[in-house]
Amino acid sequence: MTALPPTTAKKLGLVIDLDICVGCHACVINCKEWNTSNYGAPLSDQDAYGANPSGTFLNRIHTYEVKQDAKPAQIVHFPKSCLHCEDAPCVTVCPTGASYKRVEDGIVLVNESDCIGCGLCAWACPYGARELDAKEGVMKKCTLCVDRIYNENLPEIDREPACVRTCPANARHFGDFADPDSAVSRMSAERGGMRLMPEQGTKPVNRYLPPRPKADIQTSGDIDILAPFLEPVADTPKGLLGWLDKALEAL
Amino acid sequence: MHPAASVIIFTSLSGLGFGLLAFLGLGLPNVSGWSAFAFFFIAFALSVGGLLASTFHLGNPQRALKAFSQWRTSWLSREGVVAVAALLVMGLYAALSIFLDIRITALGWLGSALSITTVYCTAMIYGQLKTVPRWNMGVTPILFLLYALAGGALLATQLRLALLLLVALTITQILTWIRGDISFATAGHSIETATGLGHLGKVRLLESPHSGENYLTREMVHIVGRKHALKLRIIATFCLGLIPIAMLAFFNLDHISALLVVILHIIGLFVARWLFFAEAEHVVGLYYDAR
Ligand code: SF4
Ligand code: SF4
Ligand code: SF4
Repeated sequence: MTALPPTTAKKLGLVIDLDICVGCHACVINCKEWNTSNYGAPLSDQDAYGANPSGTFLNRIHTYEVKQDAKPAQIVHFPKSCLHCEDAPCVTVCPTGASYKRVEDGIVLVNESDCIGCGLCAWACPYGARELDAKEGVMKKCTLCVDRIYNENLPEIDREPACVRTCPANARHFGDFADPDSAVSRMSAERGGMRLMPEQGTKPVNRYLPPRPKADIQTSGDIDILAPFLEPVADTPKGLLGWLDKALEAL
Repeated sequence: MHPAASVIIFTSLSGLGFGLLAFLGLGLPNVSGWSAFAFFFIAFALSVGGLLASTFHLGNPQRALKAFSQWRTSWLSREGVVAVAALLVMGLYAALSIFLDIRITALGWLGSALSITTVYCTAMIYGQLKTVPRWNMGVTPILFLLYALAGGALLATQLRLALLLLVALTITQILTWIRGDISFATAGHSIETATGLGHLGKVRLLESPHSGENYLTREMVHIVGRKHALKLRIIATFCLGLIPIAMLAFFNLDHISALLVVILHIIGLFVARWLFFAEAEHVVGLYYDAR
């Protein structure tokens, strides 16, 4: 059913710490691996080893440069996967009922056996979180690793999304935003967790922790406090050196 | 947005077909027998042909029946339901009037209303999308309705009415282009709101998440071809509006010249519909620093 539930018992989602992400793309690869070999149709690639490779991914890392006038630029690695929006426009546009938001935990999913591959939900998502698989013709999106987080066949430590589990820098965290005491809620409150493109009115569940401003780096004047000691001792050489200098110039 | 042939053909032809059906349902022109058959044949060919074209871009068209289920929330589903209802009602009306020479006025009016509603639903598939500010304007459904009615009036040989509708359509189309040009900026989207990094300075993409194309860039970050937009707008304005208006207003048209007007109008319609997609910028382009 493509009507959105008025509210969900849990609001499961991710906190992504932009201060910490090093842009290694490990989460991209682990996401692809887990989701191509588990729930739903595999994530296909086209021309993978050819001149024009492309493929389906549920998580992608953009890298931005942020620059203020007269200051050095700051690099921000920016992971992007489905934000499991509370007011998900991708769900209500779906003509078949394939797209839905779960009442129990707020995860937005696609029932692939109902999807006709019209692509309208991908048009409705502001964040580019849905990709139509070119081989299967069905819509693929982040499942919040629904087949891991409740999976009792996995050791408890692995019952979190593949991208969170694999991140070597701990830039991604998984939890329930409906619980104000959860780690993700507290982290988001302390660090001013932000919602992307709030003017779209989608109310994303996932939050992004803004990068801390860089300490000011000096670019003019003395670069180093030791620099004065490295100045040349004398500008005009005297004595033997002075004589040599003059003699060589006269040549 | 990527101007795919299937959606351009679908929206243009089905709009014309349902526009013509709307007039036929009102008894305009008042025809029977073979000439009624000819009019209805053209109307059904356009509307059904257009709807079939729309299934060409589906990944799994064999499940298309499921698309009738979500009419409570989805404009695409509503469009399917109303289109089928319009075709059934008008099919019955056509059969009765062609073969038995029975005209049930109320049935015709119902078919007319359903045909117009179909066009409105088609427009709302695009008009509802906040992610594409150029489409997300109140004028989008008005524009689609005017296209259907003006083209329908031309095909139904209601030339006096067609003249008025073409004038209204041309003015609305030009105003829509002008308003559309500032729609993205007015909606307040920027790479800074998309990334939330605006407080740190000016943002630009340093490295793309993937070296090649992907579904998103192919479908939604379509920037080729926009450089000829102004020329194409002028061509469209002349073909769909100005020349047909002049011919209708100043000449007494025979069959050949009337056909010429229709063909010109349809060429203009295709050009304008191509622009409708090619000029539309999706907010996801902000993440790619391109739109
Ligand atoms: S991020 Fe996009 S796909 Fe995910 S819930 Fe929000 S609108 Fe839907
Ligand atoms: S692509 Fe599939 S999930 Fe998306 S709107 Fe169409 S039918 Fe629904
Ligand atoms: S939660 Fe799972 S599906 Fe979603 S981005 Fe992470 S690894 Fe991919």
